[in-house]
Amino acid sequence: MPELLFSPGDRVLVRDETPPHHHRTPWYVKARRGVVLEFIGMYLDSETRAHGGSGLPELPMYRVEFDQTELWPEYAESPGDKLWVDLYEHWLQRA
Amino acid sequence: MPAVHDRGGWPTDEPIDRQEHEWADWERQTQSLRTVLDQKGMMNVDELRRGIESIDPGEYESTTYFERWSASIEMNLVEKGVLTTEEIDERAAALRDRWGNPG
Amino acid sequence: MSEGKDRGGFYDTGWQPAGDVHRDEDGRPHDHPGLQEDVVLGVRASRALAMHELLVEKGVIGGHDVDDAIELWSERVPSNGATLVAKAWVDPEFKARLLEHPKETVVESGFVPEHNADIIVLENTSTVQHMVVCTLCSCYPTALLGPPPDWYKSFSYRSRAVTEPRAVMSEFGLELEEDVEVRVVDSNSELRFLVLPRRPAGTEGWSEERLATLVTRDSMIGVSAPLSPDSVQN
Repeated sequence: MPELLFSPGDRVLVRDETPPHHHRTPWYVKARRGVVLEFIGMYLDSETRAHGGSGLPELPMYRVEFDQTELWPEYAESPGDKLWVDLYEHWLQRA
Repeated sequence: MPAVHDRGGWPTDEPIDRQEHEWADWERQTQSLRTVLDQKGMMNVDELRRGIESIDPGEYESTTYFERWSASIEMNLVEKGVLTTEEIDERAAALRDRWGNPG
Repeated sequence: MSEGKDRGGFYDTGWQPAGDVHRDEDGRPHDHPGLQEDVVLGVRASRALAMHELLVEKGVIGGHDVDDAIELWSERVPSNGATLVAKAWVDPEFKARLLEHPKETVVESGFVPEHNADIIVLENTSTVQHMVVCTLCSCYPTALLGPPPDWYKSFSYRSRAVTEPRAVMSEFGLELEEDVEVRVVDSNSELRFLVLPRRPAGTEGWSEERLATLVTRDSMIGVSAPLSPDSVQN
């Protein structure tokens, strides 16, 4: 078990990158700030596994919460609404 | 501009169409073929997704869900050398003849 | 809907996504995604069937493997999830275990999770409503709900669920107070989310079996509430 870079409550910024390989970070959270809710476990790396790799070593994944108003500045439904997405550690930077 | 599969927040007001289509046999077969290939360690879900994401954006937009699966399974099996495009061409043409396809 | 954000020319190139245009064999758009005539075997359909035949002939897969998998898929139905939800409504210990150790509890209950997938159960309360989408593809708790419905895989749901979840829920008949927090969960392939909806009022003393009849698939995706007790026959 590697040392985890983030803890619940940490403010994070999602990397604004679009690598050519398969990746699971939706475009609309890139360059957006959220809060780590929890470390959810070690998972095979889908970014290599999608291209014939083993997906090893497994990587830390976190559940990250975003304010909808952070993702969509014109979000008008209710200011307290949230969005959750699970992200690999290497997509996150300290905000 | 996000990749064609990365759909969150794309501008559309289109209502959600809740009508369910009746599955064709080939769709059930294709779903299950993918399950079998995964069980045999020949194609995992990430490879399925990568294949779908590699589809030409125009085709991605205009095809149905399991048509995209079919394209991805083919891409993966050909890449891995399990099947060749030519033999799939030939067999698919024979099947279409057998089914009396007007196209 | 919300116009989203200004980034990377997405909104200012004049480019517009085509939306849910599906075409039939003659290239005509038709109204229902995925609808196909049984008698017409499309190109991708014929290639899928061709691959299956070839794989069997070469001995790469067994002749019955796909049929066996079809059989397995036929056991994946929304009543699996409804059984768990109804049990959680009447049995607080079971509910605690389902929320704390979902995958183990699902297996103990006799269901077979998808290969490699973890299951997470999200509890709706009087103040929180979870709603699940997969914007990138179609990730879904198939072991508990069966294959995802067409609308879950549609471009319009995948687009709108994250920007206007309440408008989407409204289309499904669910109107929420503004002070209820809506949590949209954009699902990841390794983690499949099942929503545990709120038990409807007026169901005190109901058996698990009877409660399960109120638990709809859509309420376990989080786009709607369970049926009301008045709507089902005694």
